[in-house]
Amino acid sequence: MIPAAFDYVRATSLDDALARLAAGGGSAKAIAGGQSLLPLMKLRLARPETLVDIGRLAELKGVRRLGDGRVSIGGLTTYDEMLRDMTLHRYGLLADALPNIGDVQVRNRGTIGGATAHADPASDMPAILLALDAEVVVRSVRGERAIPIAGFFQGAFASALEPDELITELRLPGGREDLGSAYRAIEQPASGYSIAGVAAIIGARSGDRWGFCSVAITGVGEHPYRATAVESAILGGASFEAAAAHACDGVTVASDIHADREYRAHVATVQVRRALEAAAARLA
Amino acid sequence: MAEHVSLVVNGVPREVDVEPRRLLVQLLREDLDLTGTHIACDTSQCGACTVTLDGKSVKSCTVLAVQADGANVTTIEGMATADGLHPLQAAFWENHGLQCGFCTPGMIMSAADLLARTTDPTDDEIRHAIAGNFCRCTGYQNIVTAIRAAATTVRAGAAG
Repeated sequence: MIPAAFDYVRATSLDDALARLAAGGGSAKAIAGGQSLLPLMKLRLARPETLVDIGRLAELKGVRRLGDGRVSIGGLTTYDEMLRDMTLHRYGLLADALPNIGDVQVRNRGTIGGATAHADPASDMPAILLALDAEVVVRSVRGERAIPIAGFFQGAFASALEPDELITELRLPGGREDLGSAYRAIEQPASGYSIAGVAAIIGARSGDRWGFCSVAITGVGEHPYRATAVESAILGGASFEAAAAHACDGVTVASDIHADREYRAHVATVQVRRALEAAAARLA
Repeated sequence: MAEHVSLVVNGVPREVDVEPRRLLVQLLREDLDLTGTHIACDTSQCGACTVTLDGKSVKSCTVLAVQADGANVTTIEGMATADGLHPLQAAFWENHGLQCGFCTPGMIMSAADLLARTTDPTDDEIRHAIAGNFCRCTGYQNIVTAIRAAATTVRAGAAG
């Protein structure tokens, strides 16, 4: 399979990339590792007129701690680089998810910025970013803005990112000692995409109540979402099992040849319970 | 418009003019006649097209040739030396790590990435490392055995 023809430019700097994207007026697309975009282009589901290769912009790579305690992951950081970064190891849900995203070959090329921009409804990383309440920092020739992750994913392959904007970094809150987190997923074996993937963070226990709970689900709805009904049930004192029953509340559950609606919804509730149990176990 | 790509393939500098949409696997197979790198699924799932790009395994059906400009690429043809087969190739032979052999070049290049990270992998680590490579014949058992044996050879070589 061969992509439709396109013009190729290799960006020499971030400003150069932004100028190229702006000049493209919506028909230019940035490519980093290409692990999401190239398969779409080969199927001709995406036909950009111009590809702006940002793969060599070193300033967008790497993980660093910010002055306010948050952790910044450069948009061009690959999954493999994230796996090797000790700063990220203390995020239990990242330690769970990263080794199982794609496969080695995909993790060697695929970037967190690319995956976020791609907004695949079954991608693992969006659920993790949602659970963590991350911030998406984007830049264009018009300037920089920080988009709260809560409103970022808007549909299947649709996000708040404008065509001329580039994701420069993802900012995660600094880890709290009183919270535990975990990621659990059932994957479709050939593609590796989650039938249901769940990121959970829980903690701040006082007496017999949890003071903090954050649960996000991918693979199930039109886009990854926060399972707010689960969260409020937990904060209200419900058991993990009882709360997990609300995993798909208000969501149109996806159905395909790998998992029909009923099965997928069931898998989601099981994974929510397991992710909550694993997150709570990390607190001990 | 053609783009000029300079890269080193199996230790040999190569210069090729390509259309931007040309895939790395096409450059290897069609421009450089290195047909040891196979195309099977062509959707970045099966791993038959795996090569290493600057030492890291990639699926060459999902890399543009222009993205490999300036890179060092190793394909299955670059594994053996004048002294003989690479330890991975020898181990696949000795341990019957293949039946039809179609997936073998990709398996070996993925295993090369693994052995570059650790020369003492557990069986779980070996299975995890080839999760992106499909074999439809063997059930993987002898492939895992072969990679484990190759790791032993590499460790012995490093110690010797």
